[in-house]
Amino acid sequence: MREMKTGENARNQWSKRLSGNGAYLALFLLIVAASAIYKDMFFSYTNLSNILRQSSMIGLISIGMTCVILTAGIDLSVGATVALAAVFAAKLSFAGFWPALLIPVAMGLGVGFVNGFVIEKMKIVPFIGTLAVQMAVRGIAYILTDIKSISVSKECTAFPLIGRGYLYGIPIPVIIFAVLAVVMIVISNSSSFGRSLYAIGGNEDAARMMGLKVQKNKIICYTITGGLSAMAGVILCSRLGAGQPVAGLGWEMDAVAAVAIGGTLLSGGVGGIGKTIAGVFIVGIIGNVINLQGTVNTYVQKIIMGAIVLAVIMIQKRTQKEEG
Amino acid sequence: MMMKADRQKIGEMIRKYGALAVLILLVAGNSLFTPNFLHINTLWNILLQAFTTIVISMGMTVVIATGGIDISVGSTMALSSIVFAKLLFVNESSFCLALVLALLAALVFGLFNGILIGVFKFQPIVATLILMISGRGIAQQFNDGVVISFYGNHYAELGTYRIGGVLPVQVVVIALVLLGTLFLVKKTVLGRFIQAVGDNEKASSLMGINTAAVLVGSYVMCALLAGGAAVLETLRVCSADPNNIGNAIELDCIAAVAIGGTSMSGGRAVVLGTLIGALVMQVITTMMNMNNIFYAYALVVKSAIIVIALYLQRRTTA
Repeated sequence: MREMKTGENARNQWSKRLSGNGAYLALFLLIVAASAIYKDMFFSYTNLSNILRQSSMIGLISIGMTCVILTAGIDLSVGATVALAAVFAAKLSFAGFWPALLIPVAMGLGVGFVNGFVIEKMKIVPFIGTLAVQMAVRGIAYILTDIKSISVSKECTAFPLIGRGYLYGIPIPVIIFAVLAVVMIVISNSSSFGRSLYAIGGNEDAARMMGLKVQKNKIICYTITGGLSAMAGVILCSRLGAGQPVAGLGWEMDAVAAVAIGGTLLSGGVGGIGKTIAGVFIVGIIGNVINLQGTVNTYVQKIIMGAIVLAVIMIQKRTQKEEG
Repeated sequence: MMMKADRQKIGEMIRKYGALAVLILLVAGNSLFTPNFLHINTLWNILLQAFTTIVISMGMTVVIATGGIDISVGSTMALSSIVFAKLLFVNESSFCLALVLALLAALVFGLFNGILIGVFKFQPIVATLILMISGRGIAQQFNDGVVISFYGNHYAELGTYRIGGVLPVQVVVIALVLLGTLFLVKKTVLGRFIQAVGDNEKASSLMGINTAAVLVGSYVMCALLAGGAAVLETLRVCSADPNNIGNAIELDCIAAVAIGGTSMSGGRAVVLGTLIGALVMQVITTMMNMNNIFYAYALVVKSAIIVIALYLQRRTTA
């Protein structure tokens, strides 16, 4: 009896360990499969750095989105923030490198703060509050530009490096993404602020009764997300050499999908930034493999992406049942 | 004591009639300041522009009353639109067959959402995110992303048909869907069940309500309305564009529902409020257009209206 029980326990433990980290396993298998099939085509320096660079912008947004979703919220304004930051960056590139980098990010932090304010102080549910902010921010980006693309100043030679440059052979956007990802992972795992996000998402009333500063921490969380989204917008502007007011349309749902694929529950409290990054790369590599393969069009790519979300949530559901 | 009671009464009034007051103010203001606003064609224009939003919002009201959300309605529109147009104009099948299959496609999407949410207990936003992503891909793949246009075709007259030469057919459809939803919510047991499930799913289940069936029914209703609205809209604009039809319409619908006073956490459906919410948004857009103001300003004004409307409702319910 006892042996059977320990066997069962061990199996449960294994399935738990696997289920919690399914995204990492899936990412690993995907890399193995892709390199087995496409060999050097996949595992070349150019291709890998392409995947990393393309994933870095959605990656930055998804980091913030993970924090917001951990608190059982959502942020629909991130795509619009990307656009407004890109427009700001393009306009400010005429004032020099630092204004073009820092002011849009500050603007993004401001948008994030407005999100937090609307949700926490005005008590409007996150879905509607951030939807309203999305409309306003997108509207402002359109008004500022008359819906025309704004070219980056040719004088500002340093600015294009943010999106196109390399440091020791690594694309600079990837470095920005990696640094911010590490910082945010450390914050979410080790700081009291980071742990409070989990507590709030798990049970907000309980967190409040435990004396956690729920309101303040949620506002900080949305503020950070706004800043990260704006950083993605600056990178996009630098890469394209222009600030487009129509940029980032629908990116909020790409980020939510990456978070869900990574295994963070949209009901809050369970998940993490590391898993989301795995989710971002899963999406990135699948897109890349489909490109390498060359015959599957973008429509089928969308269908596949939805199927992956379905599969991942199905697996999550099963493991939840086992725990419950 | 009196003052407190008065304040509560005023709060209740704001909560109940706030959106309506905004609509009346908008209409009154426009009647004074916007040239040609007070013309029957302006009314038809507003209703035609808001047609898909209003019709789908009725389904969205029911879905949100169950405590859910459906962000896949835009993709459902794309699928129904392209299925209908391809069958009717490319395969040259009969009108009825095209219509039935277009609605059947929407039904399948609704069933998919409803079963994931009602039976497998997926979170509504994740469940409908799947078809939001995949559904448009399916619609685009159905005709290789190619737009089907049919200007001048005699079927296209259906979309611009005016009863007695005055009343656009869309207005009749809006009225029927509105009355149907009102009847469902106010007068039927199912309507009670829908709101009970949204209020407390577990308790409803314990009371013997088949919550899975209620949820599946709600999502199917929402999808069918999206599909039906898409077919009529396709006929009106004489083209089926799976890439663009219904893009971001889920957000317009959800905003209309929220402005109208339906709680996002479920339990109560305010059907007429949703109609008012959708009209408020459309009147703002029309107002900007008629005054030659760049439409981006409408986005900013709308977002302010959403925030104010929800803030007022929130304060008085707390």
